[in-house]
Amino acid sequence: MVTPVEDLGWSATRFVVDLGRLALFGFQVVRAALAPPLRVRRFVQEVFKLGVLSLIIISVCGLAVGMVLSLQGYNTLVRFGAEQSLGAVVGLSLIRELGPVLTALLATGRAGSATTAEIGTMVATEQLDALRMMSVDPVDLVVTPRALAMVFVMPLLAALFIVFGLFGGYLVGVGLMGVDPGAYMSSLQSAVDFRDDVVGGLLKALIFGVLVGLIATYRGFTAAPTSAGVGAATTSTVVVASVSILIFDYVITALWGA
Amino acid sequence: MVSPSVTNATRDDPHVELSRVRMAFGDREVFRSVSCRFRRGRISVVLGGSGSGKSTVLRLIGGLVRPQAGSIRVDGDDILQRSERQMYPIRKKLGMMFQDGALLDSMTVFENLAFPLREHTAGSKAEIAAAVRASLDAVGLSRVDDLLPGQLSGGMVKRVALARAIILRPIILLCDEPFSGLDPISVKLIEGLLVRVNRQLHATVIIVSHHIASTMRMADNVILLLPDGTIDGTAEELRRSTDPRVVAFLNEDADVPAPAADARW
Repeated sequence: MVTPVEDLGWSATRFVVDLGRLALFGFQVVRAALAPPLRVRRFVQEVFKLGVLSLIIISVCGLAVGMVLSLQGYNTLVRFGAEQSLGAVVGLSLIRELGPVLTALLATGRAGSATTAEIGTMVATEQLDALRMMSVDPVDLVVTPRALAMVFVMPLLAALFIVFGLFGGYLVGVGLMGVDPGAYMSSLQSAVDFRDDVVGGLLKALIFGVLVGLIATYRGFTAAPTSAGVGAATTSTVVVASVSILIFDYVITALWGA
Repeated sequence: MVSPSVTNATRDDPHVELSRVRMAFGDREVFRSVSCRFRRGRISVVLGGSGSGKSTVLRLIGGLVRPQAGSIRVDGDDILQRSERQMYPIRKKLGMMFQDGALLDSMTVFENLAFPLREHTAGSKAEIAAAVRASLDAVGLSRVDDLLPGQLSGGMVKRVALARAIILRPIILLCDEPFSGLDPISVKLIEGLLVRVNRQLHATVIIVSHHIASTMRMADNVILLLPDGTIDGTAEELRRSTDPRVVAFLNEDADVPAPAADARW
């Protein structure tokens, strides 16, 4: 009877210790971001790797999600004779929820896991120790540009996802299902509020960017210096970041709505 | 360019000193109480069996790991009193050649060598390029500037790692297994380079190695790391030692447990 309770206690302690270490790590990243030297070139390289190289996957997924949303929305709305509100349904779903959340999940799978694997491999091959021995802070050189790039690209990718989603919804709703184009656009325009919906959605994406950037770099930085350790850290990034995104999505929605 | 520090210290002063150092990783104790001195301007080689903590000695000197007890002085500084950030000025005096090179794999050979110069000197592009070329020439490499570390052979990686370790003219050079995985000619080459670094830069060279022949040829001082402490002396003193542990190690016939009679492959 004691052992399961002990195990639970240990797990709880480890969780709290890990949270504390993550917070300290976040503090180090912020400090490195504010102190010179500013590594602009590295930041731009990371924006390219994390953002530009994700453009195709984000665009394709956005288009597909918008199309299926429009199809499902039409089939439901038509039962109530409300198919003219299709633009509002597709727009609000994408801008408030699906855009930021799915973009963050996709970025976690593509860019977050790659970031963890890259940093973890540097740990395993002593490259981070080599930097320390050259009196260069690895948090400053390796971690901060990647974490900041993730924060920077996430809202932009979410915006792209939403635009492609709206386009996909329009294609199916207007082109396939015969909804009036003017009605589609006007219901979209009248339903979407800039502050509540657009700013709220992009703010969510920004917070998800902080989460994914911090978790991916932290897991890589603290990976065990073996191939199994790097693999475990990469898996952990995908699992922890995905769950965190969904939990934070609820919290942000509740707070923003209130 | 950083030049070697000139002090009033004599060649027999301990440049690096470990006193009663206890080191453990979790439950696994690497050594209980190790004390050793590395003299200024000399070549010291740390010998010991696998898992005896040889590489850990170098990592302790570089401040990459912290011991549970004891003290470590590097060029007069008690490094255990310093935080990670406070270690950076100390590390500028050190160069480290890692066992597998630890070259930054996203950078070319040229960028790997130019990187410490860009970080710590105000040299122009031309000056940095000239310093990189000079370092590559010194280790006998040419036409490798644009190659990535993954495109180099093991011997070339060691030479690039050595060139990077000495490019800021350190006063203490730490080398982790510089001869491992090399053919006899490459061993001689690296050995010659390390002796040149010691003679020309007047650097204290601390080498961790299994390679007894090289150790006997180049070492001014040899430290044998044993489970219950250390034995140190000159190469000649160790060669003449009658201590069974030294004899066993130098003759490479240490008492190895035989496999069980019924062991199957």
